[in-house]
Amino acid sequence: MTNNLHAQDALIAVKNIHKNYQRGSETIEVLRDVNLNIHKGEFVAFMGPSGSGKTTLLNLLGGLDVPTSGHIFIDGEDIAGMSAKKLTTWRSRHVGFIFQMYNLIPVMTAFQNVELPLLLTRLSKSERRRHVEAALAIVGLADRMSHYPRQLSGGQEQRVAIARAIVTDPTFLLCDEPTGDLDRKSANEILDLLTRLVQEHAKTVLMVTHDPLAANRAGTRFHLEKGVLAVNSKGEAP
Amino acid sequence: MKYLPLLLANLGRKKMRTILTIGSFTVALFLFGLLGVIDMSFNQGVEVAGVDRLIVRNKTSLIMPLPIAYKERLGQIQGVKDVTFASWFGGVYQEPKNFFPQFAIDVDTYRGMFPEFIIPDQQWEDFARDRQGCIVGRKTLERFNWKIGDRIPIQATIYRGLWDFTIRGVYDAKREADDTTQFWFHFNYLNERTPFPKDYVGWYTVRIHDPDNAGPVAKAVDERFANSSFETTTETEKAFMAGFVKQFGNIKLIILSVGSVVMFTLLLITGGNMSLSIRERINEIAVLKAIGFGPVRVLGLVLAESIGYAVIGGFLGLSLCKLFTLSGDPTNGLLPVFFLSHETVLYGIGITLLVGLVSGSIPALVAMRLNIVDAMRRV
Repeated sequence: MTNNLHAQDALIAVKNIHKNYQRGSETIEVLRDVNLNIHKGEFVAFMGPSGSGKTTLLNLLGGLDVPTSGHIFIDGEDIAGMSAKKLTTWRSRHVGFIFQMYNLIPVMTAFQNVELPLLLTRLSKSERRRHVEAALAIVGLADRMSHYPRQLSGGQEQRVAIARAIVTDPTFLLCDEPTGDLDRKSANEILDLLTRLVQEHAKTVLMVTHDPLAANRAGTRFHLEKGVLAVNSKGEAP
Repeated sequence: MKYLPLLLANLGRKKMRTILTIGSFTVALFLFGLLGVIDMSFNQGVEVAGVDRLIVRNKTSLIMPLPIAYKERLGQIQGVKDVTFASWFGGVYQEPKNFFPQFAIDVDTYRGMFPEFIIPDQQWEDFARDRQGCIVGRKTLERFNWKIGDRIPIQATIYRGLWDFTIRGVYDAKREADDTTQFWFHFNYLNERTPFPKDYVGWYTVRIHDPDNAGPVAKAVDERFANSSFETTTETEKAFMAGFVKQFGNIKLIILSVGSVVMFTLLLITGGNMSLSIRERINEIAVLKAIGFGPVRVLGLVLAESIGYAVIGGFLGLSLCKLFTLSGDPTNGLLPVFFLSHETVLYGIGITLLVGLVSGSIPALVAMRLNIVDAMRRV
């Protein structure tokens, strides 16, 4: 209930979200009446078994998918009713995506990969360069700008992906298993980096993970079970 | 321009595939250019035919002659301004492969009838004074490394024997499409030595006062000689040239058929490659869409890629074709005009862009409609 008291000043407020998928004549209920408030600067982890709806929830929060019913207020704006076109523009301004498999473009350098989201802005070439260099410096890869993904380690690739996610200074970051494909050492480095982004740069980070060690880094942890959001790590009802 | 690095990166993604796709365009556009050159060569006479000139020939066949006496009578027909004549000689220089067209012409009237050919006055006067003199087109002169003053023996294939000529002049053309492979000599020389009945010519060329009046004048000519021993068929120079080309078969249809098959094959190759390329990149396209690249932008990027292949390959193909034509007619005279016209280049560019656009359209639509969540799930 405490969480609901702060709903008005929440950066992300999810209200009675339902998400169903149709498989033939069968309706599969993936998310059931999910309610959630997340504040600016929070580091939130979503845990749960496979098929519990974690990634679906992340997709809804990132504007990649739309709920069957309910509302998702982000910075006061309801994205649940937005058109696909509007969502595309909204995503480019508000969301930084970090994926498990990094998803860098292999034929582009680290610099060019990080620059990609900036191509959608009106920034000049020199401004884009400045932003890219700053983002790569934050993730500690200022000296790897001209390297291609194949010339980087998995951890470095993920850091490039994080630089790509933060280069436009989005409202929040969505991380889908960001350490799932990394060894423990690299995973810790990535988690350190995400923590630093929250603590030093006041970023809001939402992370889906199976890894309890990764989840422990988050200030708030939610558990999803069969599409229902359980109490968070603070013992609060969502 | 800011998407250029992304475009170039994608073009260089699978180097062998890129080389093969661009190579397909290069070969196809080279072939297209070459077919255009051949078509142009066959039809150059039609293209450059004078609008105010009629050709009068024997009604039975082009190879049947007309009496030289018709010249004066043609000049009397209303609407006729000038008259000249010529005969086909059909000789070879040294050996049969050294073929080029030779015409026995009426020296007094021929030059005035064809102002598109440029000959210095002095050279023409030298030619007119020398009964065995000849005027040679620039291409033929250069082909055999002749120069003015050279004595040229021509072996006759119709008129028998070896005929000696002295080059008195060389003609150039005002337009690239004009034929500069011809060889002109005095009709009087032919008439003097011919083993056949004398005072017969191959055909007449008539200039008329008003091009709009070509039909009635042609009719008047044919009526004038109707029921004579040498009835005539008169038509515009353009129609005459078109009829001449038709004797070789429907060149245009052959060229169109070959060209269409090549382009269709190219469409399948490029379309297949683009589809494969997009399928391999589903995940990357999903990421691009996730970070804010809208459907139209994604469509544009994929189309730009396929058009990129086309433009590079098309440019290479047409450039190679241009280089190939610079070395001149490779058929020893069968294609007197052998050059890549601006029109063919423009058609080539149009076809290149069209094939690039069409071959990329289906993969581009697939990419445009790609559902991000589904695509991510597939990986």
